[in-house]
Order: sequence, then C-alpha cells, then structure tokens
Amino acid sequence: MSPDISAGLNKKIAELAARYPKKEAALLPVLHLVQRERGLITAEEEKLVAGLLGLKPIRVREVVTFYTMFYQLPMGKYHIQVCTNLTCTLMGGEKLIDYLQKKLGTKIGATTADRRFTLSEVECLGACEQAPCMMVNFDYYGNLDKEKIDAILKDLD
Amino acid sequence: MSGVEDKVLTQNFGLENLYKVDVYLQQGGYQALKKALKEMTPGQVMEEVKKAGLRGRGGAGFPAGMKWSFVPHKVDQPKLLCVNADEGEPGTFKDRYILSHNPHLLIEGIVIAAFAVGIHTAYIYIRGEYEAVAQRLEAAIAEAYQKSFLGKNILERGFELDLFVHRGAGAYICGEETALLESLEGKRGHPRLKPPFPASVGLFQCPTVINNVETLANVPFIIGKGARWFLDHGLPRDGGTRIFGVSGPVVRPGIYELPVGTSLREIIFSHAGGLKPGKKLKAVIPGGMSAPILRADEIDIKMDCESLAAAGSMLGSAAIIVIDEETPILDVLLKVAKFYSHESCGQCTPCRIGTSWIYKIIKRLMAGDGERGDVDELVRLASNIKGKTLCPMGDAAAMPVISLTQKFRTELESSLKNQ
Repeated sequence: MSPDISAGLNKKIAELAARYPKKEAALLPVLHLVQRERGLITAEEEKLVAGLLGLKPIRVREVVTFYTMFYQLPMGKYHIQVCTNLTCTLMGGEKLIDYLQKKLGTKIGATTADRRFTLSEVECLGACEQAPCMMVNFDYYGNLDKEKIDAILKDLD
Repeated sequence: MSGVEDKVLTQNFGLENLYKVDVYLQQGGYQALKKALKEMTPGQVMEEVKKAGLRGRGGAGFPAGMKWSFVPHKVDQPKLLCVNADEGEPGTFKDRYILSHNPHLLIEGIVIAAFAVGIHTAYIYIRGEYEAVAQRLEAAIAEAYQKSFLGKNILERGFELDLFVHRGAGAYICGEETALLESLEGKRGHPRLKPPFPASVGLFQCPTVINNVETLANVPFIIGKGARWFLDHGLPRDGGTRIFGVSGPVVRPGIYELPVGTSLREIIFSHAGGLKPGKKLKAVIPGGMSAPILRADEIDIKMDCESLAAAGSMLGSAAIIVIDEETPILDVLLKVAKFYSHESCGQCTPCRIGTSWIYKIIKRLMAGDGERGDVDELVRLASNIKGKTLCPMGDAAAMPVISLTQKFRTELESSLKNQ
C-alpha cells in the first residue's frame, strides 16, 4: 500500500501481485497502471513502484529504460505513433510522418508547444494489412492517407 | 484444393460477437475440452497432438507435441504454461485476429494443453500495444471462469487451471521465448543461455511450456476431430492450416487461412488478388522480416517449413511481405537494418555492435556515399553476427542482410559511387 496513489490503484496492484509466485513479476503491469495515473515514470514513480513490490529503485529503472512504452519525459495529450517499418513504408508511411511533422509543426520525438501532441516513429504495430497505420494513444488507425489523418486529428477533442 | 472449406481457425470469424462465450458455445465451442477431460487421459491428448504433426506457428516451427513431452512428468515444482502473444515480427498480424475474433478458441486450447502436461497456472504474454485486444481477452477469461472452463474443478473433473494476461511494454526481443520469461518475471528482456531449456528450467525456475497463440488455437480441432483429420488439412509432417498474413502493395492485403503447403504464388496472386494495378512483383519476404527474401522467380514454392528451408528461407510466422518493382532494394535493406539495430537487446556484442554498424553503412549508402567493398563488408558483418549470439535474434538480423545482398547484388552495387 502507498498513500501516494489512489485506493483503487493500490487495490489493483495488490490483485496483480497475487497472480505471481514472486510479486516482482508484476513490475511491467504495475508500471503500466502507475503510468496511466501519473502520465510518466520519473525517479519518483520508480521509487514508489519499488516500494510497492519490495525492490530497489535501480531494479525498476533498469526495466523502465529497457522498454519503449514507459515514458520518462512528459508526453502530449495525444501520442501519435506512426509505423515506419517495412510494410508501412512500402505503403507510404514515411510520407505521412513528414506530413504530420509539417501539420503539427513539430519533429519526430518532440511535443507540440501546446502539449497536445507528441509525434513518434514506431516499429511494426502488427496491423500490416491496414498499412500505413498509426496509433493515437492506444487506438489503432489504418489505411491512412493525408485526408484520413486530417479527419482523425479533427475528431480528437 | 483451397477455399472456404479449408478454413479451420478462422471459419467463424465473420460471426458477430464470436468473442463472447455464448456465441462460441453455440458454434460447438468447448466440446473438445469436454472430450479431453471426460474421455481422454493426459497422455492420450499429448499423443494425439504429436500424431497431428502440429508445428509451432510462432517462427521456429518446432513440433508442439514434442515440446510438451520434454516437460518432466514428476517434479516437485509446479509446471507452467506461457502463451506467446507478443507478435512483434514485422509483417505479422495473425494472432491479433485470433485474439480479438475468437479468444475462447485460444482459451480452450490452453486448457487442453495444460491438462495434457499437468499444468495449473498459465500466463498469456501479450504485446503492450495490443491494449484493446488484451481487454477483450481479459473479458473472455472472466467468462470462462464463470462457465467453469477455468478455475478450480473444471467441468467437475477435478482439473484446475488459473489463466492470467500479462502485458509487455514494447520490445521485439520479448517474443524470443527466454526473453519472454525474463520479461514476465519483471526484468529486462534479455534472452537466457540454453540449455537449460524452458521445458526443464523456465519461468520462476519451473518447467515451462511456451507456445504461440495460433499453435494453441489449433489444439481444440486436433482433439475434437482427431489427428487424422488435421493431417488431411496439411502435409504429413506439417499438419493443419496456416494463417498467412499478406501485406504490401497487393489488391487484398489480409489474413488467408489455407492448408500448409499452399503455393506462395497462389496466395499472392489468387487469394490476395495479385499486385495493385500498374505494379510488378520484385521480391517476397515469406515468413516475417527475418526470413531470407525470395525473388519474383522463386515464388513457385510450397509454404511449409521444410520446403522453405530447402529454398534457403523459412516459413517463420507465415507473414508474407510483397515488394514491388518500384521499391529500391536499398530501401528494404535500410528498414531491415534500422529495425534490428533498434531492437537488439544489447546483451551479445556481435548483435549489439553489428546491427548498428550495418545500419550506419546502409545510411551512408542511402546518402550516396557508398564505396566499393561496402556490399562485401555488409555480408562480412552479418556473417559475424549469425550463430554468434545467445538467441536467434542474431540470425534474424543477419539472414535478411545476407540474402538481400546476395540476391540483389547488382542493383545494390549500381548505387555505389566508386565502383
């Protein structure tokens, strides 16, 4: 239990830890949950998670820095990840990321000044039949072209 | 020989709400589990799967029944099952279809496999990006517990199994089975030295079976309809169907479930509709990005593990990436090199250094600064990764570089400025 996170999250973490013979095995799922509540994983969250799972904070950092889905810097409200792996490139994905850079006025890996969008390149998302594809937070979008991207961004609040 | 009647795993994918247990039950779901638990011994289940020639659908193509039989019978520790739903091999998306359209088929396969091996805890390791799919899977698992297909005393036969979903966090290497185990234990995805193999020392140091989603989704059909029936859908040593994923500039990209051994030409030109108007075929990657490439004149080949191995490639995850004439081979090479240099876990020096070295050379070639000897250098570097790493990712990174440079050497050399 930690007083620094919500009661609901404490309960979920306890449930997760009980699924494994060693509670440290819950590290990845717990980091996902904490990131959802806090938005990112800084040294503070690392310490928090380490305390919950009985680990040294450095063990948590080892893991956070290995996996691409844990964010160590603040992200925009919408994280746009465009696949630029082989199939998506064959289908025009690189042109789309250029288009997004111009449209949003930001570079790959950067966040817009209003903190609305972070733009990233991502490796294969496992949706090659809909190439070119992208993710906005956890939503998948496929068969993209410039017009479709315009419509998707317009629909975001 | 192929058509709708050949579909096994995907036959009901068109049904609305198939992912719900009631609809699955209406289609005869969980009958194979009942048969296994009520009419068969664990040994008989394992024998049937062995006889069916079910080969792993994740990439390596190892016979699944044999893998199960490597787990020692009597041990003090619990035995465990890990389902590999990491699906990271570029070009591959078949498991996403199974997981989202028919999660109960996978769950049924898992329970039967666990019964055969004597396993009471199983984990599904699913790639982090598949969040919506993971939620659907969690809901299906909850339904299966309610209906007594999971939990204590399954179908009142005294068999017990707990099943949990475990989400990854964006690392290709975690699809490698021992990296998957490390990741599931809450660590970096660094592959382990083998032996010991997971069947004897796996997750939490316990004997562990690791199977791909599609592999397990075949098990209910093998038990329900028999090994003979299954073999009739494929080849004598490679039974059943495969879910081929076709992507790239074809008329109808998507999944095509067809008998093992269907010709690559038929899959691309009949099922996927051939290339888009005005485009010509240049090359095909037949089994996910790490499979050595085939030229357009090499596609009259049967899509099964042994035929592709004989042609110097591999069936891998049966993910077919179609490349058209307009695409420069250097572009393909750049994508391959970038991917593996990004995804190398960093543990073994040949892979960590070699993949980024290869990527740097290819970027230089792209910039027009290629020199005589660069192509040989790429082959030399790739050859120094292959077979010199703990896990198969070294080979996966090296093989496409070697095959692309061998098969398209003239084209690559013509892009060098000082020939």
